Amino acid sequence: MIEFLHQFLLTIDASVRLATPLIFCAMAGLFAERSGVIDISLEGKLLGAAFAAAAVSSLTGSVYVGLLAAMFVSVLMALIHGFACITHRGNQIVSGLAVNILASGVTVTVAIALFRQGGQTPLLGPGERFGPITLPFAESLSVVPVLGPFYADLISGHNLLIYLLIPLLPFLGWLLYRTRFGLRLRATGEVPAAVDAAGVSVAWVRYRALIIAGILCGLAGAYLSTAHGAGFVREMSAGKGYIALAAMIFGKWRPWPAMGACMLFGFFEAASARLQGVEIPLIGPAPVDIILLLPYILTVILLAGFFGRAIPPKAIGEPYIKER
Amino acid sequence: MNMVDAGGDKQPPAIELRRINKRFGRVHANRDIDLVVERGSVTGIIGENGAGKSTLVSILYGFYTADSGEILIDGAPVRIDKTSVAIDHGIGMVHQHFMLVPTFTVLENIMMGAEGSGLLAPAEMAARARLTDLAETYGLEIDPDALVGDLPVGLQQRVEILKALYRGARILILDEPTGVLTPQEADRLFDVVRVLSGNGVTVLLITHKLREIMAATDQVAVMRHGEVVRSLKTAKTDREELARLMVGRDVLFSAETTERQPGASVLSVRDLGYQDEAGAMRLKDISFDVRAGEILGIAGVSGNGQSELLDILSGIAPLQIGEITFGEDVFTAGRQADPSFLRQLGIAHIPEDRQQRGLVLNFSAAECAILGYQDGPNAGDRIFLDQARIRDRCQKMMVDFDVRPPSPELRAGGFSGGNQQKIVVARELAASPKVLLVGQPTRGVDIGAIEFIHSQLIAMRDAGCAILLVSVELDEILALSDRILVMNDGQIVGEAGRDEADPNRIGLMMAGIDPGSEARP
Amino acid sequence: MSTPPLPRWAEIGLVPVINLTLALLVSGAVIAMLGEDPIKALGVMLKGAFVYPGSLGYTLYYATNFIFTGLAVTVAYQVMLFNIGGEGQAYIGGLGAGLVGLALGGVLPGVVVIPLAIVGAALFGAAWALIPAYLQAYRGSHIVITTIMFNFIGAGLMVSLLGGPMMRAGQMSPESEVMDASTHLLSMQELLALIGIEIAGSPLNLSFPLALLACVFVWYLIWRSKLGYRMRAIGHSEPAAAYAGIRIPHMIILTMAISGGLAGMMSVNEILGVHHKIVMNFTAGYGFTGIAVALMGRNHPVGIVMASLLFGAIYQGGAELDFEFQSITREMVLVIQGLIILFSGALVYMINRPLARLLAAVLPARVEGEGGRS
Repeated sequence: MIEFLHQFLLTIDASVRLATPLIFCAMAGLFAERSGVIDISLEGKLLGAAFAAAAVSSLTGSVYVGLLAAMFVSVLMALIHGFACITHRGNQIVSGLAVNILASGVTVTVAIALFRQGGQTPLLGPGERFGPITLPFAESLSVVPVLGPFYADLISGHNLLIYLLIPLLPFLGWLLYRTRFGLRLRATGEVPAAVDAAGVSVAWVRYRALIIAGILCGLAGAYLSTAHGAGFVREMSAGKGYIALAAMIFGKWRPWPAMGACMLFGFFEAASARLQGVEIPLIGPAPVDIILLLPYILTVILLAGFFGRAIPPKAIGEPYIKER
Repeated sequence: MNMVDAGGDKQPPAIELRRINKRFGRVHANRDIDLVVERGSVTGIIGENGAGKSTLVSILYGFYTADSGEILIDGAPVRIDKTSVAIDHGIGMVHQHFMLVPTFTVLENIMMGAEGSGLLAPAEMAARARLTDLAETYGLEIDPDALVGDLPVGLQQRVEILKALYRGARILILDEPTGVLTPQEADRLFDVVRVLSGNGVTVLLITHKLREIMAATDQVAVMRHGEVVRSLKTAKTDREELARLMVGRDVLFSAETTERQPGASVLSVRDLGYQDEAGAMRLKDISFDVRAGEILGIAGVSGNGQSELLDILSGIAPLQIGEITFGEDVFTAGRQADPSFLRQLGIAHIPEDRQQRGLVLNFSAAECAILGYQDGPNAGDRIFLDQARIRDRCQKMMVDFDVRPPSPELRAGGFSGGNQQKIVVARELAASPKVLLVGQPTRGVDIGAIEFIHSQLIAMRDAGCAILLVSVELDEILALSDRILVMNDGQIVGEAGRDEADPNRIGLMMAGIDPGSEARP
Repeated sequence: MSTPPLPRWAEIGLVPVINLTLALLVSGAVIAMLGEDPIKALGVMLKGAFVYPGSLGYTLYYATNFIFTGLAVTVAYQVMLFNIGGEGQAYIGGLGAGLVGLALGGVLPGVVVIPLAIVGAALFGAAWALIPAYLQAYRGSHIVITTIMFNFIGAGLMVSLLGGPMMRAGQMSPESEVMDASTHLLSMQELLALIGIEIAGSPLNLSFPLALLACVFVWYLIWRSKLGYRMRAIGHSEPAAAYAGIRIPHMIILTMAISGGLAGMMSVNEILGVHHKIVMNFTAGYGFTGIAVALMGRNHPVGIVMASLLFGAIYQGGAELDFEFQSITREMVLVIQGLIILFSGALVYMINRPLARLLAAVLPARVEGEGGRS
C-alpha cells in the first residue's frame, strides 16, 4: 500500500514536471489564438527559447540572464510571426511553419558555432540552472504517514519555474477576463470589426497578445533546458509545442481546462514512461506507444465534435482587413 | 416631439454638409450634396439601393473622406478622417450589420473601447451606473448581464444605440435600422427615436422604406443616383410624392416587344417558404407560374427575399417548404434539386452576382464559358476537357455577343462589367434552356450592353423560353415583363399585368404600402 | 488601395528569384555573423550539389522526394486546403509499399510486385489523408490541425510497428526485414550501365522518372481534366462552384486522397529505391519541405520541378558544409528553407504588392488580364 502510494506520488510528480512546459506553451497559444492569430509556432518558440536559455546561461553563468535571453528570443520570433501575419496579412499557418523550421535550423547552427559540441550546449552546472527548492520542513515531515511523503515528494523539491506557475496561472486568467486589455483581446478574436469600430487598433491588440505568447514560450523553453534538463540538445522541444497546441484546443481555448488538459497529457507521458516493459494482466505489455499518442487522438476526436464541440475564436486565422 | 424651427433660432444646425463629392473610380457616388440637419431633429435620408445614402453617412462617420466639400458640426468646420474623430465630435452610428461580440454580455459590449479604466471591475461598476441612467432617460431598458448572442435582434440593436449614447453621441446615425426587425420591433424603435430627439439627440435615419420616413422623421432628403434630389418637411409631403422622387421616371427603356400568346406553365411554384440560419423567415407562401414564352418580372427593393427565391429555384439553397414543378419533375423538401440536375432539365440561371457566382474571375473566359456545364458534352469527354472545342465555342459566343476583346484566353476578371455579364448571358442562353432564371441582368453594366442583353432576353422569350426576371431596377422590370409580381418582406404583395403596370403603384407596393388603402400620414 | 495584378511572367519567373535572393541574403548574413565567409559557403554548396562525382545524383535523389511532397501540397492547394500532413502520409505510404514488398517479394516476379508496391504506397498515403479530409468536409474540423495530429499519430504508429510486430528478427534497431531483391528499384547507375553509360554511384533510382511522370499527371489533372476544373473552381470561388453544381465536400475528400497518394509515393524513392526495408523516420522532414517547394514553385508542376532541384541542391550541397567549415553545418539548409517559406509564403504580400506597383509604373500600359493558368 505504501509502495503503491509512493509509486503513485512519483508518477504524479513526474506528470507535473512534464506538464509544466506544456502549460506555459498552452497559455501562450491561448493568448495568441484568443486574439485571432493561429499559433503553430509554439514549437519553434519553445525550441528557440530552450536554446537561448541554455546558451546564455552557460556563457554568463547566470540562469536568470539565460531566462531573460529565452524570453527575448521567443518574443522576437513571435514578432516575426506577427510582422508576417498581422502587418502583412500573410497566412498564419505558413508563417508559423516558417518560424518552426527556422528555429530548428538556427538553434543547431548557432549551437555548433558557439560550442562545437554537435549542436548541444555544455552541460549546465549548478547556478546555471534552476535547482530544486526544498520547502521548509520537507525533511522532518517526510516521516509523517501519507501527508509526509505527499508534502516532501509532490509539493516540495520543485524548481522555481514550476512554483512560478502557481501565481502565474491566476494572473493570466485575471489578465484575460478581468482587465480592459483582456476584454479587447477576446473581442479581437471574435469580431475584430467591432473592436475597430470602437476605435481600438486590432493590430496592436494582436501584437501584444503575441508578445505575451513569446514571453510564456520563453519560460517554457528555459524550463526545458535549464530546469528540467541541464543543457540544450538538438530538437529538444520534440513536438511539445504541438502537444501544447492540442491541449489548448482540448481545453477549448480556456485557461483552466487547457491547464487540465496539459496535466492529463503530462500524465500520459509520465505513465507511459513508468509502464515501459510492464506486463498488464490480460493485455500483455503495456501499450506505451498508444498512450503517448493519446493527446493527438483525443484532440482529433474532440475536433470532430464527437464529444462536445470545441468552438475556436470566430475570427481565428483571418487577417483583419478594414472594410467599407 | 421636438419640432424643427428653421427661423429665428440662433443655434447653428447640428450638421451641415456643403457640396460633398465622392467618387469610386468611374462611379460618382455622391454629387454636390448639401444637407442641413437641425439639432434635435429626426432627418430621414431615403433612396433606392445604390443611391449614395451609405456613402454619405460613411463620410460623416469617418469611414471615407470626401473628395471635396465641407462638413460643419454645430456650425464649426471639422475634418473627420477617421471614426474616432467622429466619435469625439459626438457622432454615433448604428450599423446595418451590428458591431457586437455575441459571446460578450451587454455591459461588456457597451464598455469595450470606452472602458475608462484598466481593470474591468471599476469600469463595469461605472458603466452599470451610467447604463441605468441612460435606460431611464431614454426608456432603453436592458439586462446588462445578458449575453448579446442570446438577445433578439431588436434588443441587439438597442445595445448598439446604447453603445453610441454611452460614448456621448449627440448625433445618432441609424443605417437601415429596420432591415432586420419585425414590424413591432420597428415601431418600438421609432418610439425610442422620438424620445431621443425629445432629449436633444439629433437622429439621421437612413432607409429605403417610405413607411419609416412617414412614421419617424421631421424632414427628409431624397437621394437618387448620388444626388439629393429634394429636401422636404415630412409633414408637407406624402408617400406618393416620395415614391415618385425616389424611383424617378426619367430613364425608361422601351425595349421592342411584340404581343405574344404565352403557352403552358413550365415552372410552377407553390407555397414556397424559407428560413435562414438566424431563424428569420426570408420567404413566405410564395406561389406563381411562369409560362412558356413569357417574362415574369419580380419587382422589389433588394433584400426582400428575391435572392433566396432564385437560390432555391436554381438548386443552390435547399428547398425547405413548398413545392417546385419544372415540367414533369416535382421537387419538395424530400426531393432536392441540385444545380447540375436542373441544368440537365433545361433550367439556366443568370445569377445576381456575376463576380462571385456567375464567373470565376481567375479563370479564363473560355473556362468560364463552361461553368455549370463542365460535365456536359460541350466541355469534353468523361475525363478530359476538350480545350479546342471549349475555346472555339467561347470564341463564337464572344463574337455573337460582341464581347470585347473577343479573346477566350483572357482572364475573366480583366473584362469590364458589361462584357463579363455578356459572357454569363451568352453561356446560359447557349444551353437553349426551357426555363431561364435571371437575377439583376444589367447591374453595373453600361448602357449599350443593357440594351443588348434586354434584346437577347426578349428574343429568348419569343423563342418560347419561360423567363423569371428578378431586378431591383423597376424600369427594367417594366420594360421587359409580360407580368409583374411585387415582393416585399419575403412575400408577394401584388401582381400587375403589362398594360396595367403603373410605376407609382408598383413603387408603393415595393415600399410595403398597399396602394389601395388611403395614405395615412 | 487596389493593387494591379502581377504579370504572370513576373509571378512565375521574377518572384521566386527575389524570394530566393532574399533568403540567401539573410542566410549569408547569418553565416557572416557566425564568422564564416558566405560566398565561400555558397561555392561549397554549389560544388557539393553539382560538381563532385555522384553529387548530381544525390541532388536529383533528394529532388525526387521533394517533387512528390511538393505536388501533394499543390494538389490540395487547388481546393484551398493546406495539407501540412505530407510527412505523415509519406511515412504511412512507406508502410504500404513495404508491406506489399515484404509480403509478395520473392513470391511474385519483381515487375508485378513493384507496381503493386507503388500502388500500395499511394493507397496508404491516400488513406492517411482521408480521415482529416472527411473531418474537414463533413464535420468542419480544421484540416491543418488534424493533419498535424495525424503526422504524430502516424509516427507513433510506425514506432509501434517497427519496434513491435514488424521488427526484424534478431535486430535491436526498430526496422523491418529486408525486402526481396526483386522488389528493389533499379538505381540510375545500374540502369545507365545497361546501355553502356558509366556514372558515379548515388541513391538516384527509377523513382526520379516516376516523379516526373507524376508532374505530368498533376499537370493534366489540374489543367486538362474535368476533375481539375472542379477543383480549381472550388479553390478560386466556392460560391461559383456551388452555382455550377460542384459537390464541394465530395471534391475535398477526393482531392485530399490524391494529395495524400502523391505524398505516399515519396516512399517509393526511399523504401523501394534506397533502404529496401522500412526504417524509422525515413521521411526526415521531406514532407514539410514539400510546403516550401510548393510555395516556391508557385503551385505549378514545372515550378515544383525547379524548386525541387533547388532544394535537392541545397540539401546535398548543405551536407558538404559539414566537411568544409568549423562553424556551419548542414543545418543551414533548414535556415534557408525556413527563410524561403517566410519570404515566398508568409510575406508574399510584402514583396508582391510593391513589385506589382513598380512593374505597373515601369511597364507600358497593356491590355488587362492575363490568361488563366495553363
